[in-house]
Amino acid sequence: MLARRFRSPWVYSALVAALSAVFQLDAVTYKYESLTAVDAVSLSIESGTRIALLGANGSGKSTLLRLLDALYFAESGSVSFRGQALTEQKFEDDRFAFDFRRRVGLVFQDPDAQLFNPTVFDEVAFAPLQMRWTKQEIFQRVNDAMDLMQIADLKDRPPHRLSGGEKKRVALASVLVLDPEVLLLDEPTAALDPRSQSQIIDLLIGWGGSGKTVITATHDLGVVEDTADYCYVLEKGRVTASGTPNEILRDGHLLARANLLHAHRHSHGVGEEHSHPHTHPHTHPE
Amino acid sequence: MSAFIEKTLRGFSSASEYAASAELLASGGGLLQDVDPRVKVAGLFGLVIVVAAARELRVIGAIFAVALVLAFGSRIPVVKLAGWVWAPVLFFSGLIALPAIFLTPGSSVFAAGGLTITSQGLRSAAFLISRTETASTLSALLVLTTPWPRVLRALRTFRVPVVAVVILGMTYRYIFVILRTALEMFESRKSRTVGVLNPGDRRRLAAASVGVLLSKSLQLSGDVHLAMQSRGFRGEVYLFDDFHTRAADWCWLAGFAALGFTALWWQR
Repeated sequence: MLARRFRSPWVYSALVAALSAVFQLDAVTYKYESLTAVDAVSLSIESGTRIALLGANGSGKSTLLRLLDALYFAESGSVSFRGQALTEQKFEDDRFAFDFRRRVGLVFQDPDAQLFNPTVFDEVAFAPLQMRWTKQEIFQRVNDAMDLMQIADLKDRPPHRLSGGEKKRVALASVLVLDPEVLLLDEPTAALDPRSQSQIIDLLIGWGGSGKTVITATHDLGVVEDTADYCYVLEKGRVTASGTPNEILRDGHLLARANLLHAHRHSHGVGEEHSHPHTHPHTHPE
Repeated sequence: MSAFIEKTLRGFSSASEYAASAELLASGGGLLQDVDPRVKVAGLFGLVIVVAAARELRVIGAIFAVALVLAFGSRIPVVKLAGWVWAPVLFFSGLIALPAIFLTPGSSVFAAGGLTITSQGLRSAAFLISRTETASTLSALLVLTTPWPRVLRALRTFRVPVVAVVILGMTYRYIFVILRTALEMFESRKSRTVGVLNPGDRRRLAAASVGVLLSKSLQLSGDVHLAMQSRGFRGEVYLFDDFHTRAADWCWLAGFAALGFTALWWQR
């Protein structure tokens, strides 16, 4: 009906895309054989927002990211990107696939899965090469991405000789080189030392501040306030709560139920040792 | 069991050390390190063909001497060449050449206990060993003075299919990941193994380790494929070629060609 009011279908499509949420999920379910990893998840992600998907190991965060990146396809329900349903049939069209891959980037949890090229330069150049950009443009964009992630001095190094923090920055550069409008991050700070963690967070804050959509899957509550404006909590593949980081982090019962808080024996400097659920707060030294 | 684990650990460690040393040599300064990899592939492969076609030991000896000069100029320690190339090649080619010394008919040089060493047998063995040693030294010059990714890219110039080049590159990349996983598995087992296991248990443990490693490799390969798809891989692979041939590289190519033709002319 609305489409008839527009003379050009292209104008209509562009308008729908502009008005639509970046991602719209309606009752999405995905199973690994008999195990349900994502169970009837419905949510909407608006453009320019920073979202955290919070959950313990096995809660379905990584599977949800792979559904958003159209690496997996929903068994029931639907995932839409800018108003267009993501289906296997759509990805048979090269034009659609290249356009989507350029606009949405996923950084995997395990850098060894993400970094499959013999050198850092080849790694960062992989995606632009698949997009068949010109040699000059590839060279320029790769150097820009390496400068942004401060890895220019590593360009001829093989990825297996890098530290965990360096690998993570190379993995980020290999996705940011396309300048995607949506960045999906799977546990970006996992297994990193505190210094590398803070470097990654700083880089993400700087990049996300430019109006991009950033969706981070994590169980690290320490990074949520810095990297997200809104959170979804996942338990056994279901979204069980949502809210601002402040609302979620204040709800101790919710966090404990979702296995995001932990308890171990400790003392507060005085008195006897005891245990209760807690997080580890941080300080800002002078 | 503990001896097997110790040997396995030592094997993993030496493989990683070898790779680290080779990468260090390749990325350092030196005569051949500065030459275009394509020129090195063409030139050194050409010399290997000349060595294989050589009918006189002096020709092979001369090319071996040139290879030694190039190794010296490229700052490759002779000790490393001896350990990595000459000793293993001598061992394996020696095993093959040894029977030829006794079995090749010809004029007797030495006879004892029913075994006769013939001059023709000695000559055949000398040809086999000198050819393999020289060809291996020339190949080692290529891989020890060129980072492996650049060797692979150079192969593309000689029309090696892009799929083969990418598979070789990914093999080189992931062999270290798998080695590290295997090393961690063996270390973990070593830390929990007390006493001597019977042969049946040893075989069962070894089989279980291989199975777990294979399962982890399959999981990793699935994730790698997804990571490739996520960045636009659609079944065709494209590589970035940034070689620049300078005047000096053309001079090197001419030098390799001149050496090859001189060697062939010398044995006419």
